[in-house]
Amino acid sequence: MDFLLVLQFAAPVALAALGETVGQRSGVLNIGLEGKMLAGAFFAVLATLTTGSPWAGLMAGTVAGTALSALSALFCVRLRADQVVVGLAVNLLAIGLTGTLYRARFGQSGELLSVPRIPSISGLDPVLVLLLVAVPATWWWLGRTSGGLALRASGEYPMAAEAAGFSVERLRYLGLMVSGTAAGLAGAYLSLGVAGSFAENMTAGRGFVAIALVTFGRWSPPWVFFAALLIGYLDSLQYTLQGLGNAVPFQLLVALPYVVALAVLVGAGRSRGAPAALGTSYRREGG
Amino acid sequence: VKIRLAQVLGVAIGLIAVLAMTLAVFGLPIWSSMALLAEGAFGDRFGVARTLVKATPLALVALGLSIAWRARMFNIGGEGQFIAGGLCGATFAKFMEGLPPVWLGAGVLSACLTGGALYGGLAGWLYVRRGVDVVISTILLNFVALQLLGWAVAGPLRAKPDGLPLTGPLPQGAMLPRLDPQSDLHVGIICAAAAAVVVYLFLFRTVGGYRMRLVGEAPKAARLAGVAAGRSQIAAMLASGGLCGLAAAIEYLGLAGQLGTSFAQGWGFLGIPVALIGFLHPLVVPLSALYFGALFAGSENLARFTPAGTTIVFVVQGVAVLALVAARSLTRKGRAGIKEPA
Repeated sequence: MDFLLVLQFAAPVALAALGETVGQRSGVLNIGLEGKMLAGAFFAVLATLTTGSPWAGLMAGTVAGTALSALSALFCVRLRADQVVVGLAVNLLAIGLTGTLYRARFGQSGELLSVPRIPSISGLDPVLVLLLVAVPATWWWLGRTSGGLALRASGEYPMAAEAAGFSVERLRYLGLMVSGTAAGLAGAYLSLGVAGSFAENMTAGRGFVAIALVTFGRWSPPWVFFAALLIGYLDSLQYTLQGLGNAVPFQLLVALPYVVALAVLVGAGRSRGAPAALGTSYRREGG
Repeated sequence: VKIRLAQVLGVAIGLIAVLAMTLAVFGLPIWSSMALLAEGAFGDRFGVARTLVKATPLALVALGLSIAWRARMFNIGGEGQFIAGGLCGATFAKFMEGLPPVWLGAGVLSACLTGGALYGGLAGWLYVRRGVDVVISTILLNFVALQLLGWAVAGPLRAKPDGLPLTGPLPQGAMLPRLDPQSDLHVGIICAAAAAVVVYLFLFRTVGGYRMRLVGEAPKAARLAGVAAGRSQIAAMLASGGLCGLAAAIEYLGLAGQLGTSFAQGWGFLGIPVALIGFLHPLVVPLSALYFGALFAGSENLARFTPAGTTIVFVVQGVAVLALVAARSLTRKGRAGIKEPA
């Protein structure tokens, strides 16, 4: 199996999962990842068709993810609403919005749009390069810089971060914005880099896969990336195996990483890896 | 938490307003679009049947999720529990083919319920015993169930070795009785109504239900009162999954008659906003389910005349949930920022 092909298959999920790692490390669980990816995919195609440039498309998709993140941040951080509820609402919003706009703009025929893809040199395009750079960079930033330490503190023990003079609210804004922006880019790459088109609900659960991968990769960027590669490999394998008929139950193979992720969680419990304050809202004393 | 009539009315008016706004944002004429929606949902007996048939799984899933969320178990695995239920039902049907049809139907129903309950209970058990977050575990379990379904209908449960990936159809006698021989309307809607009453009585009139709500609303008080939180939480997840399994049984025995890869149709996910907008209250949830059932039914009619379709319902759901969350956050200022069931 060609490594670049696997990388390309894995890239959307890997990008989203990498962003989500940063978000979860800051203490926010971004269930709305799926919707942000979908919005990224749609607006990327829309902008590409309007301007004729896939670069403008990538930009538009990323901005769509960022915009939805700002909405999530307003609700989760500002209003301290429940993160799961807000995330699910964002997903519904994105599915509905992209589906309706898609049909309104491109007719009800459901025809596959074809858009110019991102140019690449022997299979390696700038987004893949960015991904390969982002993995060690995120790892280094989270683990070796004071900013990363503060972000992690806001996810582990927000009171300590606050006592050290950091604003948990701001750190969580940052975490959410990073995860949503990465999801937007991931979606844009899915439509422009991998599929070369848009279809209704085309992310088909990839946002949730990314959330699962963060767990599978134990909240560590390199492991999350390797987990995404594994999923990408299985994803590409699926098509090869489908050609062979039902000799190999590939669905069971695809289910395997999720079972392993669960098993890892069962083994480790809540003790190791997971940010202690993940998913809880934080209210400053006297605030 | 007592739900006042004024709150329900407020949400009802809000939902209409959100619908009107959504239509306006997409540039659709508000009145004629609403008329198309109403016609599709209530225009004739077939419209009413479509509305009720769609409201049924929404209501059952949402009732189940309400129980779990009230015990502070953020179950988003309705989809997985729905599928697990359907799979158990189909397995029963495959191996008990020889049973008289009525018994076959009853057996499939119990198998679906049990399968859903166990799948939900598994997530509950993992949380209580191993500290695995319910949100994460139910997401993972959704994937596992979906892949298992794909494997089962293509492999061991497939009706014909070279046919489509579908299970064998159930005999007509095993299916749920129809209320109207000409439309799809079946007795499932009565099951859903009965389930709402049962869940209401359980949550608000029994000690077990009280414990679940206490664990969810005031975990500290529950601990001080000596309530075994873990047992209540596992029980809540069992009940939650069981109702999702029941929803699957009713889809299976009422409409589909067989399982394919797209058996769940997203009911498990779509039930979540229905539950939230229904205040997680078993007597309000059915109203919420009816509203969205009508919207889904009506949107099929809307789709015939305008570019908008079912997707517009998702927008209404998303906006309505956000609006409700915002309203609640703004009226709750000053209280400690603890995570509330809704």
